[in-house]
Amino acid sequence: MKVVAKTANEAMAEAMRQINPDVVAAYPITPATEIVQIFSSFVHDGLVDTEFIAVESEHSAMSACIGAAAAGARVMTSTSSQGLALMDEVLYIAAALRLPIVICEINRALSAPINIHCDHSDTMNVRDSGWIQIYAEDSQEAYDSVIQAMKIAEEAFLPAMVTADGFILSHAMQRIDMLEDEEVQAFIGEHKSPYNLLDIDNPITIGPLDLQDYFFEHKRQEADAMMKAPKVIKKVADEFGQKFGRKYGLVEEYRLDDADYAIVVMGSTAGTAKDTVDLMREKGHKVGLLRIRVFRPFPAEEILNALKNVKVVGVMDRADGVNAFGGPVFMEVRAALYESEKKPDVYSFVYGLGGRDVKPVDIERVFQMIMEADKGKKIDRLNYIGVRE
Amino acid sequence: MKETWKELPIGAIIKEPGTSKRFETGDWRTERPVLDPEKCIHCMFCWIYCPDSSIKVEDGKMEGFLYEYCKGCGICAEMCPTKAITMVREEV
Amino acid sequence: MGVIDIKKIARTEQLFAPGHRACAGCGATIIIRQVLSVAGKDTVVGFATGCMEVVSTIFPYTAWEVPFLHVAFENVAAAISGVETAYRALKKKGKIKKKINFIAFGGDGGTYDIGLQALSGAMERGHDMLYICYDNGAYMNTGIQRSSATPFGAHTTTSPAGKKIPGKMQWRKDLTEIIASHGVPYVAQASPGYYQDLMQKVDKALSIEGPAFIDVLSPCPLGWYYPTKDTIKVAKLAVETKYWPLYEVENGVHRVTVKPRKFKPVEDWLKMQGRFRHLFKEENKWMIEHIQKEVDRRWEKLLKLEEAGL
Repeated sequence: MKVVAKTANEAMAEAMRQINPDVVAAYPITPATEIVQIFSSFVHDGLVDTEFIAVESEHSAMSACIGAAAAGARVMTSTSSQGLALMDEVLYIAAALRLPIVICEINRALSAPINIHCDHSDTMNVRDSGWIQIYAEDSQEAYDSVIQAMKIAEEAFLPAMVTADGFILSHAMQRIDMLEDEEVQAFIGEHKSPYNLLDIDNPITIGPLDLQDYFFEHKRQEADAMMKAPKVIKKVADEFGQKFGRKYGLVEEYRLDDADYAIVVMGSTAGTAKDTVDLMREKGHKVGLLRIRVFRPFPAEEILNALKNVKVVGVMDRADGVNAFGGPVFMEVRAALYESEKKPDVYSFVYGLGGRDVKPVDIERVFQMIMEADKGKKIDRLNYIGVRE
Repeated sequence: MKETWKELPIGAIIKEPGTSKRFETGDWRTERPVLDPEKCIHCMFCWIYCPDSSIKVEDGKMEGFLYEYCKGCGICAEMCPTKAITMVREEV
Repeated sequence: MGVIDIKKIARTEQLFAPGHRACAGCGATIIIRQVLSVAGKDTVVGFATGCMEVVSTIFPYTAWEVPFLHVAFENVAAAISGVETAYRALKKKGKIKKKINFIAFGGDGGTYDIGLQALSGAMERGHDMLYICYDNGAYMNTGIQRSSATPFGAHTTTSPAGKKIPGKMQWRKDLTEIIASHGVPYVAQASPGYYQDLMQKVDKALSIEGPAFIDVLSPCPLGWYYPTKDTIKVAKLAVETKYWPLYEVENGVHRVTVKPRKFKPVEDWLKMQGRFRHLFKEENKWMIEHIQKEVDRRWEKLLKLEEAGL
């Protein structure tokens, strides 16, 4: 293991180099461009065995990834925002064909208006595409998660995307403990494919028309793979923890044990939020935080368990559902808590759209609002934090 | 009884090639091709122009039609240089 | 390969099984059969969404005796470029030894229109693959809507022969020349009516390293409104009337591969097809002349290119 200073883009590109996939098909897009650039230099300098396809669009990137994965290759790509949106159609196909492709995704707002900075609207847009989604809090986690994702995808036979917040992580230098190349290779092991298109002597047909008599069974099978994915993710994370000392779960609880008030966040905001929790704890408030690391499969049980004794929950969404009800994470957390005995009140806080900074004071305000709500003050179910009102 | 979701191959693939042979399309036909072996010169035009892989060829010889699949389009009769194939109405 | 001996080929294994659900008299399945007869079993086929993909792979039935991949409508060129790249990567590692052909098929919808970008990308990148467009000149799978391959004047459901606008008012986009302009090693136009020519072109395209493209006219009884028995006649007449010249562009040089001794008026070809029926009304007859002039012009241009060694 060696300690280096890397941005999330650099760290994810390094993880790709160490994984050494057979094929990478990718198209550059801010703020993930660097991943594609750095990886291209690895290819051109002979540091990987990978065949790199410089496709003409993200749609073709994912389409080529599907072709390559179906042909029995280990396959990765990288994208962000509009690029992920352009892939949308084929993301569903990759998942339904059960191809273990990994995307290094950098979170950026979806147009319009066009914007290059962080929010989660891009990955939220594809949350039901059948891909495993892992949201990293920092560059270290982005790096570790990419390595884990490759193994998870090939054990669950589901594609997986690891996301890191645009610019906040993608371009910010952080201290990273990097594994040795051999450690990564030993950890991910031999590539596994669900089937092989290139087995000429045993020809298979992939992607047939599936009508009323079989389509539902195939979708049920895909759903089953996602239901079984938490077990795979935990197993891989445990193995990673044992070998390399860094432990990861589906969710991360922070000072929740005796908390009355909790916020739920994803991605890099968790760092700021943890500091805010500490600050407020010092002032005597019983507050805590739940970070959802794995959003797909949705860890309903873990969320229910973590928040069951909390009085009020504020769910912070870095994406707006534009549905006049609440952010996407809010909707699902609230649905999960419907099964809790105490049924805490749950409020939605949309923040940070298009890279709007989120400061400790913003997070403190969320806590203040849910604490006031607990004391009987009426607050809106859906709130916007950090916007000029 | 069709398979349950647990029994189907992963990813909706079809593992076995050429399974369409189990689906007969011969009943689409309103006219059937009939071969006059006397006239046939085994030129294979019917074979190369058949859209339904329904010309029976054995040992390089035209041996008739796969009526289980032939849809009765009539291309073979139309293209036959010796008029060895005629189309006749299917009796119900 | 030289001369194609169909008597010999007819003895080999059939790679496109019967029992598929294509319409009676379908031109595209004839093309598939002719192509596979040359390509042989060490071939991976990719298909864009469209008629042929639908009729040949209705789960759990498949007409394919070779490995087959369908992903979506607009991306078969990209998907097959991924397969071909995986093949190179795995071959390099010694995991695959065989020489494999990679053929992508798309209709004119998936090729001229929605899939043009992916096709252009794959051709430019230089993948060792053959792309075959089965060009039936409209979106037949969804019920005969106009495409940029639809001939001038043709009736389709989105360019109907109306009282004010008599069919499609634009010329067919010359995709063959667009792909030739990519500078790929081999581009051709073919017709299943001239099977020798078509199969020789496929053989050549597969033997050349790098990307190849063949645009194949694919008569459609349903969308062109002619009796099913006439598919090959229509395919031949398109060539004999200059509507569909048979030629190739090898390393940038045009060569006409079939030169009919005597041409027939384009009217003969139009007359066979119900989609042009309205052209024969008195007020629309100018359109027939218009089409004749254009096919003459395109043919002359082709001859000039050939003569100039371009």
